[in-house]
Amino acid sequence: MRTDESGLYCEPGGFHIDPQRVVERAIVTHGHGDHARPNNRKVLATEATLDIMRLRLGVAAGDTLQPLAYGETLRIGEVDVCLVPAGHVLGSAQVVLEYGGSRIVVSGDYKRRRDPTCAGFEVVTCDVFITEATFALPVFRHPPDTEEIDKLLASLDLFPERAHLVGVYGLGKCQRVIALLREAGYDRPIYLHGALQTLCEFYEAQGVALGPLRYATARDGKEMAGEIVLAPPSALKEVWSRRMPNPRTAMASGWMRVRQRARQRLVELPLIISDHADWDELTQTLTEVEAGEIWVTHGREEALVHWAAQRGLKARALSLAGFEDEAE
Amino acid sequence: MRAFARLLDDLVFMPSRNGKLALIEDYLKRVPDPHRGWGLSALTGDLSFHAAKPAMIRTLVEERTDPELFRLSYDYVGDMAETCALMWPGDGHGEAPRLGEIVDTLNRTGRSEVAGVLRGWLDRMNATERWALIKLVTGGMRVGVSARLAKTAFSRAFDRDLDTVEELWHALDPPFAELFAWVEGRAEKPDVANAPVMRPFMLAHPLEEGEELDPSEFLAEWKWDGVRVQLVRRGAERRVYSRTGDDISAAFPDVIEAYDFDGIVDGELLVRAADGGVAPFNHLQQRLNRKTVSAKMMARYPAFVRLYDILVAGEEDLRELPLIERRQRLEEAVAGMDPIRFDISEILTPASWEEIAEMRQRAREAELEGLMLKRRDSAYQGGRVKGLWFKWKRDPLTADVVLMYAQRGHGKRSSFYSDYTFGAWRDGELVPVGKAYFGFTDAELAELDRWVRGHTIQRFGPVREVEKALVLEVAFDSVHRSKRHKSGVAMRFPRIKRIRFDKPAKEADHLEAFFKMIGEAGESESVAEK
Repeated sequence: MRTDESGLYCEPGGFHIDPQRVVERAIVTHGHGDHARPNNRKVLATEATLDIMRLRLGVAAGDTLQPLAYGETLRIGEVDVCLVPAGHVLGSAQVVLEYGGSRIVVSGDYKRRRDPTCAGFEVVTCDVFITEATFALPVFRHPPDTEEIDKLLASLDLFPERAHLVGVYGLGKCQRVIALLREAGYDRPIYLHGALQTLCEFYEAQGVALGPLRYATARDGKEMAGEIVLAPPSALKEVWSRRMPNPRTAMASGWMRVRQRARQRLVELPLIISDHADWDELTQTLTEVEAGEIWVTHGREEALVHWAAQRGLKARALSLAGFEDEAE
Repeated sequence: MRAFARLLDDLVFMPSRNGKLALIEDYLKRVPDPHRGWGLSALTGDLSFHAAKPAMIRTLVEERTDPELFRLSYDYVGDMAETCALMWPGDGHGEAPRLGEIVDTLNRTGRSEVAGVLRGWLDRMNATERWALIKLVTGGMRVGVSARLAKTAFSRAFDRDLDTVEELWHALDPPFAELFAWVEGRAEKPDVANAPVMRPFMLAHPLEEGEELDPSEFLAEWKWDGVRVQLVRRGAERRVYSRTGDDISAAFPDVIEAYDFDGIVDGELLVRAADGGVAPFNHLQQRLNRKTVSAKMMARYPAFVRLYDILVAGEEDLRELPLIERRQRLEEAVAGMDPIRFDISEILTPASWEEIAEMRQRAREAELEGLMLKRRDSAYQGGRVKGLWFKWKRDPLTADVVLMYAQRGHGKRSSFYSDYTFGAWRDGELVPVGKAYFGFTDAELAELDRWVRGHTIQRFGPVREVEKALVLEVAFDSVHRSKRHKSGVAMRFPRIKRIRFDKPAKEADHLEAFFKMIGEAGESESVAEK
């Protein structure tokens, strides 16, 4: 296992994992754009991830797309490859690699808390654990998501004349926020920016019930007073959002934990809802996988490497380029 | 504490005044006494505790966390109170104490025991509550709530007239139980006839571009660059209130002790320069936002009030009188006041509109902001009444300078290089002449930030030195000589007016241009620089 200009490369298997540049063979952990890049020749992923890639990338998803179900093993070159749920978004997987009697687990992006829209993270003990580190600072400890949903609902009561415009990442976060609202008993229609439509339909087709949805793009803004409107974060600052009656801007993201970050993005109602592991989840996972060696990829590597070293684990930072932690 | 923490957190993110009002109103209606009263006075900065200091909080957190992780976290978050609140270990699902309990406990806890008390509370709180507690005990609320805004929220929540609330407010003490009892119909209106309370300030509208007034209907005065205040005396009780309704008496004992007029006057709080004139605003700034002030500070920055108006004399309310009659009464009152601490604002006598315009252009000294134009027959009415009083600020000066260093900002700009040090040419070299951190739009800030990151030649902590290639057009209210600065000049209120990507750095202004501006305005070197 080594890194090259495309990212993480498994030599005895002859494949990359979540490559940042076009490669011959890629294993893709999940469908987010910074992990599932276009135009690789052969792509291996879960069926759901491949479907998401087809929806988002069309023919650029790859020349040959090969599905692998959770828990099944496939030999590539001299390596046994198995995909295990990562709990990040629908279809997301950890990649378990076995070769010459040792096991490496590449976490991809993951979280440990319950998510009604995808399979939960499974712990796989290993010799080397390659972990993400998006929120690897002890200041990031995501509160229970029910508290954050309550915040949004309380604001709707207090500002019933304002459209509550919530910035959500289109894959995963959007559907999770909807599902959490439904669990909290919110049964009004939820309005969606056009860009979120396709993936919501896909989730529903996969059996994730989202309740009544309306597409905001074609509607009169006034209709959305006092309603919840979901949009990709980028749309919040665009002309599109001007149609809303006095919009109250919210954002569902782990970054919202740090007030200065939220203010910088001119968010009025920060909702700390993240699809990434927080500090406690990261350190819990490093303990549970019992790996003697920890490699830390994209995020705040330094703190996690320090934490692991304090506990006598061999740890190093991989500094892979290309992952966009800002998008969370 | 849960409700107060939530309110504080919501206020931090709420940009609009109406939104802030809605949040505070909701809090006042939902939360019982005495907690809401304490919450209100905490918001306006009237609640302070002496036993707890920021350093103590930091020590508490350092006892509980790894120093390297603390360093990395603080470096990332950029705010000590927030870092401490977010990092404090534990889930905080215990029962947090109520605000009233916190206030009572802090008021009777000695310095030696306060750390233990705080530690116990922090363990029981969630991150938002911890953050609010730290803000509360260290006294740095900064949520954009003035006393005026708090009073407005109160009057709206309980549907009472703001002027009445304002008059009662300063006569009562937190947690304002009598006030809540009155608005909720549980008690009579509190009697404050003998309390030293302020009256709503009368404010001016900016004069619109191209608008002309008839000089015969208006009085013209200089608009002084200080802090607008009301001085109030009732019996032995004396107070200074700022325009936002904050009681700033504690910071100005020199003025308060000299005020023995029985009534209410309105004027500009200023600092006297060594030559007897008015010192620049930054001298006054040394005196503001203090709970106490040393004799040395008072000697170095002696405060006085230049009086504009009179509202009450003895038992007599003068506010309904026309301005020219009040002016007469003010002159009589000032005649009996300590001339070191009080003088009267000069009435200018322009013959024509052209002459007024010319006076405004001459208002170049650092201590002047422009002109005030007030209708001769205007009554003193609270708020910004249309058509009665106008302010006409002078045009700023401008210069083209070269960006030299950039520093990351604070608050919502903590990831942006938003504080810019710029220079002017002297003998083929750039000399720093000033610093600016506003004036640009958010889009321009993003552009500047990108430029800085792409043109860095050296780093010193949060500061980057950049290639000397970007010209900025800066605007400023005045420029004066300064021995503290290498360049020998200092600007007041500099801001970025335009980014001149089009202009070569070589064509930026030379230092002589600034000295020429000083020359034109007359020397205005002040005590602090000598």
